[in-house]
Amino acid sequence: MLEIRNLHAGVEGAEILHGIDLTVNTGEIHAIMGPNGSGKSTLAQVLAGHEAYSVTAGEVIYEGQDLLDMDPDERAVQGVFLAFQYPVEIPGVNSAYFLRTALNAIRTAKDREEVDAIDFLALIRDKLKLVEMDEKFLKRPVNEGFSGGEKKRHEILQMAVLEPRLAILDETDSGLDIDALRIVANGVNTLHSADKATIVVTHYQRLLNNIVPDVVHVMLDGRIVQSGDKTLAMELEEKGYDWIKEEHATHSV
Amino acid sequence: MSSQAQELETLATSDYKFGWVTDIEQESAPPGLNEDIIRFISEKKNEPDWLLEWRLKAYRHWLTMTDPLKRKKSEQWAMVTYPDIDYQSIVYYSAPKKAGDGPESLDEVDPELLATYEKLGIPLEEQKMLTGVAVDAVFDSVSVATTFKESLAEVGVIFCSFSEAVQDHPDLVRQYLGSVVPHTDNYFAALNSAVFSDGSFCYIPKGVRCPMELSTYFRINAANTGQFERTLVIAEEGAYVSYLEGCTAPMRDENQLHAAVVELVALDNAQIKYSTVQNWYPGDIDGKGGIYNFVTKRGACRGTNSKISWTQVETGSAITWKYPSCILQGDNSVGEFYSVAVTSLKQQADTGTKMIHIGKNTRSTIISKGISALLGQNTYRGAVQVLKGAHNARNFTQCDSMLIGDQCGAHTFPYIDVRNTSAHVEHEATTSKIGEDQIFYCNQRGISTEDAVSMIVNGFCKEVLAELPMEFAVEAQKLLGISLEGSVG
Ligand SMILES: Nc1ncnc2c1ncn2[C@@H]1O[C@H](COP(=O)(O)OP(=O)(O)OP(=O)(O)O)[C@@H](O)[C@H]1O
Ligand SMILES: [Mg+2]
Repeated sequence: MLEIRNLHAGVEGAEILHGIDLTVNTGEIHAIMGPNGSGKSTLAQVLAGHEAYSVTAGEVIYEGQDLLDMDPDERAVQGVFLAFQYPVEIPGVNSAYFLRTALNAIRTAKDREEVDAIDFLALIRDKLKLVEMDEKFLKRPVNEGFSGGEKKRHEILQMAVLEPRLAILDETDSGLDIDALRIVANGVNTLHSADKATIVVTHYQRLLNNIVPDVVHVMLDGRIVQSGDKTLAMELEEKGYDWIKEEHATHSV
Repeated sequence: MSSQAQELETLATSDYKFGWVTDIEQESAPPGLNEDIIRFISEKKNEPDWLLEWRLKAYRHWLTMTDPLKRKKSEQWAMVTYPDIDYQSIVYYSAPKKAGDGPESLDEVDPELLATYEKLGIPLEEQKMLTGVAVDAVFDSVSVATTFKESLAEVGVIFCSFSEAVQDHPDLVRQYLGSVVPHTDNYFAALNSAVFSDGSFCYIPKGVRCPMELSTYFRINAANTGQFERTLVIAEEGAYVSYLEGCTAPMRDENQLHAAVVELVALDNAQIKYSTVQNWYPGDIDGKGGIYNFVTKRGACRGTNSKISWTQVETGSAITWKYPSCILQGDNSVGEFYSVAVTSLKQQADTGTKMIHIGKNTRSTIISKGISALLGQNTYRGAVQVLKGAHNARNFTQCDSMLIGDQCGAHTFPYIDVRNTSAHVEHEATTSKIGEDQIFYCNQRGISTEDAVSMIVNGFCKEVLAELPMEFAVEAQKLLGISLEGSVG
């Protein structure tokens, strides 16, 4: 579904990703771990098409198409979804209106009929249950005044409404209480299926007890330096990143 | 940085939809201002002596006043800057040739003019119009057509051009002209009183609910010409009227002056709803060209339980300077001001309202939404005055500003002067920013940049747009989208 080859990207004057290779097959769940500042969010943002980052080399093929050639909204239409590490507040636009506009934008782009306000309400009520969120959030401006945990759950609510094919979750587990963590993990598992793919960026192995990854990658200084199965996450939890850093340092010498 | 410069470049050349010129023979006064020009205008309009005298009195007063710009900064009310206006280079009267005395019926209106309004989306043939909206079309200095005049007359409503009102209803004009905005009020009101050329006149008799929306569409066409129109709306006891105005002008490199005066009078239990969708040519990104929109609008709630609501959507003009205000004289009278002002490109807006509470239990509401993008500067300036006798006066003010990008500005100046301890005055203000991150967030959910901007802006303005009559709310929404097109990456 997704193939990243030798991806170099960064901001003006500074390369952050120094050649990423990553293949995600349909039906798989991948976890990306790595120390702060190693480039995990940058990778997520580049995949979503944030214009602050420019790609200097490499390619990304998504469903047989050149992903980097598409505008961000086109990527969303094609089924790429990013749950933001820091969801953005949009004053004056309530969540229900925002979500319906998004859903209809995607449907329209695919020549499907728009969902009217009444049908949308029925649909969203269903999805609210999945993330155990109160209906009152729908009337509030998007993310405005939401607590950290509420913002994260709201991201999953959006994912539930938009039903993406490739979901990238950037630290959706950070800042969640124990119940919320379970709810989010449960939501992600429910939304994942054999014809979809999910990439979770996380610092904590405990999330991976609930969302069981097929592959775990470790990112360091803008490179994926190690990949393995879920036991790699446990090893990291136990030993930290130092051993990988050392190993990687010796490799590159 | 470079992408921003590029963006500005695109915008600088992007076109204003209404920027074309109608090629029509015009009859104009020579440029310049003196008593002879005023006599010329008055004579052209076959005015009675009292009106000529009134104009001359205003002109002589104007000569004693100082251009607000030439005052010391500390004495200036508005926060706008513009080069000196050379009042001697302006043409004060310009009219399409044939329409000198105002056409009797649409058949006599120059087809070129009909085509002009059609192109502006305001067809004047009654069968093509929005049902329920009567239009007075003002082209440069004269009214070229007024629709539905006859059917309105059947219920006693007078809706005609100001010039016609002077001929046909001189007593009403004489009674009310200058009664809300005296000729001494301010520099531009004095100038307008001296040289005003046309405008609309509405009179709703006692107990009549005006059966359709009344509207005036202002078009500036001729070059180097100022538009100085005068509008007077009178609602007798228990009357109701909803009135709308729209404005456009060609793209020209020179600035053009629009200095209008609008007076509203509401007697006991009367209600006037006055809405404006202003889309004068805004000039370009370098601040070249565009209309100077220096307008005095004021309503007097003279009667008990009377109500005046101003709703404005201001998207055009190089500079907007206007404070639609209410004098709440009658007990229990109500004043409202709902405003959206957009400043993009290099536009400046200094707008707001004055609510003057005189009667008991008077109430006022002010909702102001300022949107600034690119190099725009947007100022809300409003005064709430509660005089000694205004027991239990109430005011609620909310001023919200939205910034798009980081080179624009928003400023809020609420002046509050309360002389009665039973008064209750509340003020709330917020500032928010739409940045690339918000747009990207919307994009990531499948929403295009254009739709995202329009969604955010319309969400921000919805309380004001809700005050506009349906068809115009839709128009205004589109206009907001268009005027901000390209202001976000
Ligand atoms: N827009 C930007 N401008 C400048 N530097 C940036 C920008 N975005 C990211 N960086 C830098 O790139 C590096 C990688 O950042 P990134 O946010 O991708 O890390 P991360 O792995 O997601 O970290 P964390 O675990 O803390 O979320 C950091 O050093 C960061 O400061
Ligand atoms: Mg991160």
